[in-house]
Formats: sequence, structure tokens, C-alpha cells
Amino acid sequence: MITLQINGLQVKVEKGTTLLEVAKFLGFPIPTLCHMEGLSPYGACRLCVVEIGERSNAKLVSSCTYLAEEGLKVRTASARVVKARKMIIELLLASSPQSKTIQDLAAAYEIRQQRFKQEYEDCILCGLCVRMCEEQMMAKAIGFRGRGENRSIGTPFDVQAEACRLCGGCMYVCPVCSLRCTYNEPEKAICGACTNLSPPCLDKEQFDDMMCYMDPCVACEITKD
Amino acid sequence: MESTLKADEKYRKNPDGIISILENVQRKYGYLPKKVLETVANETGSSLVDIYGIATFYKYFSLKPRGEHLISVCLGTACHVRQAPLIVKEFENQLKIRAGETTVDKQFSLETVNCLGACARGPIVVVDGHYFSNVNKAQVSQILKKTRYGLDRIDIKKDERIFPVKLRCTNCNHSLLDPNYLIDDYPSVRLTISFGRKHGWLRLSSLWGSYNNESEYDIPVDTIVNFFCPHCHDELIGASSCPSCNAPMIPMIIYGGGLVQICSRRGCKNHMIDLINGICVNCENRHTCSFIKPEGGVWYCEEYI
Ligand code: SF4
Ligand code: SF4
Ligand code: FES
Repeated sequence: MITLQINGLQVKVEKGTTLLEVAKFLGFPIPTLCHMEGLSPYGACRLCVVEIGERSNAKLVSSCTYLAEEGLKVRTASARVVKARKMIIELLLASSPQSKTIQDLAAAYEIRQQRFKQEYEDCILCGLCVRMCEEQMMAKAIGFRGRGENRSIGTPFDVQAEACRLCGGCMYVCPVCSLRCTYNEPEKAICGACTNLSPPCLDKEQFDDMMCYMDPCVACEITKD
Repeated sequence: MESTLKADEKYRKNPDGIISILENVQRKYGYLPKKVLETVANETGSSLVDIYGIATFYKYFSLKPRGEHLISVCLGTACHVRQAPLIVKEFENQLKIRAGETTVDKQFSLETVNCLGACARGPIVVVDGHYFSNVNKAQVSQILKKTRYGLDRIDIKKDERIFPVKLRCTNCNHSLLDPNYLIDDYPSVRLTISFGRKHGWLRLSSLWGSYNNESEYDIPVDTIVNFFCPHCHDELIGASSCPSCNAPMIPMIIYGGGLVQICSRRGCKNHMIDLINGICVNCENRHTCSFIKPEGGVWYCEEYI
């Protein structure tokens, strides 16, 4: 067992627990974006920052990837943390203003405006879809490509991946790109599921209901009959 | 392909080995063909999406075949403020391609790089290993002209049984021909070699069938020599070994398509040439020729030996 202090509260936790889990357990709210239960922590969005250490040693870490340490002092909502979080939200807003999730976050932190050059990216590279596809859907159909400003999510060679089962899991977890599955812009679709008119699971390997996020779906209607 | 993977057996189990496998593929083909990446995925058991991620992450890898001449324009900070972007534009206009693309005739590939370490002399343009400094817009057409001219001097004599082959590095695609050093009256093929503790140049005749060569150091007969590209300094090494003496074969790309491979053992005269796009395509005897045609579509064309 590890003893640590979080916002002044003493807690004992199992080894291997992340700060995010501890905070959640105690009911301290920490916003997250790239974190999802059941998927491995990734630390991409930095929204979950918390402050650890004291005075000149204090630093910001992402709570979703930081494991609890003996005697650690954690602050989940210090002035510095809130300032950093607000900045991150502004940056997210600058890249993907149309995301409902990000808009809600901004509202919760009372951000009405952002100061950066407005872009209309659909993807914030949080990697949720990639992890969903690999870890829960066992498909590994999509992944990161390129690097730097050319980094993007998609299938190899931009053709529909054979490994993709069209389960829709990637679209389900995506915090920003609900636009992504609109078939009127097929070039933006990740897996092309929505542009595919033939019912997906009919000619793909069958998995149980737990492994599909396409709802409603023609295939279900057909197989039910 | 199989042989590439066989040679890479040692990388198989280790996921980090993918990069080494891809390096070998790129060396062999000059780029990463889609089919081969699929085979690599199947054979190694890693997913295509990971391999594609690696292939697109490193600038070293190319998913498209590159042209014979590689033009790199530096866009590092120092060159950038000295109008390098205008130079890129000018190249793009003259070659009618965008940066990152290759001309239709496969002559030129244009790319931008981030710093060539010669900031004081910027803007810098590098063509096939030749540096051009303080480049301005007007010089662009001259650079292209020079590059083309260097080529045109090497004219293939069509009717002769012995003819020159234009070779380039399998790795960086630069021409290996040295117009300033003639052997058999033709530009020689310049390579860097090392054996034992010696390290120096070797110049081969570019005439197919001629074994004339000159080197900085005398190479004792039977030594296996390592070959390097004089431009990118990468080792020229293929996956196959010499059918008669088992030493590694050294691959070089023939301009126009195909692969030439020479045996790395001093004294062994084995040459191989890739049948599919190579010289044999134009050989009158290709249908009646009775030389060994092992798997992989490679002929040992001994007709010229
Ligand atoms: S729809 Fe395809 S790409 Fe998306 S999670 Fe399912 S298998 Fe992966
Ligand atoms: S597509 Fe959506 S889920 Fe995937 S990385 Fe981008 S924002 Fe995240
Ligand atoms: S939720 Fe922790 S970095 Fe995104």
C-alpha cells in the first residue's frame, strides 16, 4: 500500500494506481479527454494535469499516466493547474471548435474565447480511436501516420483496411470528430464504415453484440429476421 | 522478397527489428512498395498499420519510387529567412511538381529538408550530393540544366554488344557515375570500399561485360570487400549471395529499371542482372538464351563475359 496526500487528504492506495484514479475515488473532479476506462492510458491531451511536489520542486504531470508514489502531495485544482488547463482548452478550441465535448469543457471552465489562429481540424490526435480499435476491437485497422504537423489517423495507404470490421468503435469513442462519420465527406472518414452500404458484419467475421457500436445498423435488422 | 526476410531472420522476433527490415527493403527496391510491406506484415506478424506508421514517420523511407536525381532544398531557419521558400517554388514551377513528388519521366525528385548544417552559405540546394550555396531564383534553371547535362553526356550506344550501364545507389538513388574519371572511355562507376583496415575508392568500368577497374589500394584476390555509396555512405548490400562463391552480392539500380548485382569477392566475376526491367529486355537472345534462370527472375547473363 502507498500513502499519499491529495488536496490535503491522506489516502492509502494499491501500488500501480494512477493519480487520476485516486482523485476520482475521492471525488475530486479532473477533466479528461484522451482517457477512457478499458483503454491503456496515453497522456496525449494533457487536460488531466495536476500539480505534484512542493514549492520550487512543484511540477505539472498528467494524472492519467502518473502512478501514485509514497508521500506524494498532489493538488488537483491549484491556481497553476487551472491556468494550464484553461490554456489547453483554448488550444483545443483553436484546433477543433466544432466538437461538442470540447465546447462543454470550455463552458465548464468559463472560456468564451480563444486567442489563437482558428483552425478547423477534426482530429486532436488523442489516440482514443487507435486504442479502441486495437485493445477492445482486436482489429488494429487504424493507426497514427506521419509525424509533426502531418500526423494523422487512418488506415495504411488510405484504403479501407482489411482488418477493419466496421464495428464503429472508433467513431463511438472519438471526442471531436462526430463529423468524421458523415458520409458526405468520405475522405475524412476513418474506417469508411458509414460510406459502406453493404451491411458490415454479414461478410465479416461475426463477433458478439459487445463488439459492435453500429447502432442502429441495417445488418442487425437483416440478421434478426 | 522471401530472401530479404530470410536474411532478416534475426530481426523477426524483436518488434524494433521492423526498422531494419524496412531499411533493407528500401535498399533493395529504392522505396517501400505496398506489396512488400504487406508481406513484411504477414511474415513478421506485426500489423500493417504499425509498419505504415513507421514508414511514414521517418523521412528516410519513401513510399513512392524516387527519381534519378534528388534535389533537396533546405528550409531550415537560416535558409528560410533568405528566401528559400521562393527557391522551392521556382523548382516546383520549372519541374511542374510539388515538393515531395517525382517528375513523370522519373528524372527528378524534389524534397525539402530542415537543415543541412551549412547555414552561413544558405540558401542551400543539394543535387545528388553536390552542394549549391547562396542559391537565388535565377540559378534554379542553371542547376537543372547542369544536372541534365551531366546525364546527357553518358549516351547509351544501342547497337554494341558491350554498352555502358548507368547505375545509381539503391539507397539514396544518386548516380554512381563519375564523369570526371573515365575507364574504357566512359564515366566510371565510383564506389567506396573497405576491406581489412583499408578504406578507399574503387572505380569500375560502366561497360557491361568489362572488368576493368581501378582502386586506391590493391585488393588481394579472394578478399570479400564491403561496398559503400560515395554519396550517402550507406553500405550497398543486398539479400542474395553469389551463386558460385557465396559471397554477398552488391546491388545497384540501373537507370531505366532493373537491378545489377556484382559479387563482392575480388576475382569472382559473377554479375547478375534483373531480367524483368533490366538489360535482358532488349537482348535479342532473351527467348533462346539457355543460361540458368533461377527463381526470382534473375538471369546470369554470361553472354557478355
Ligand atoms: S470500425 Fe474498424 S477501424 Fe473503427 S474500431 Fe472498428 S475495426 Fe477499428
Ligand atoms: S480521430 Fe477522434 S478519437 Fe481518433 S485521435 Fe482523432 S480525435 Fe481522437
Ligand atoms: S486524459 Fe490524461 S492526458 Fe489526456
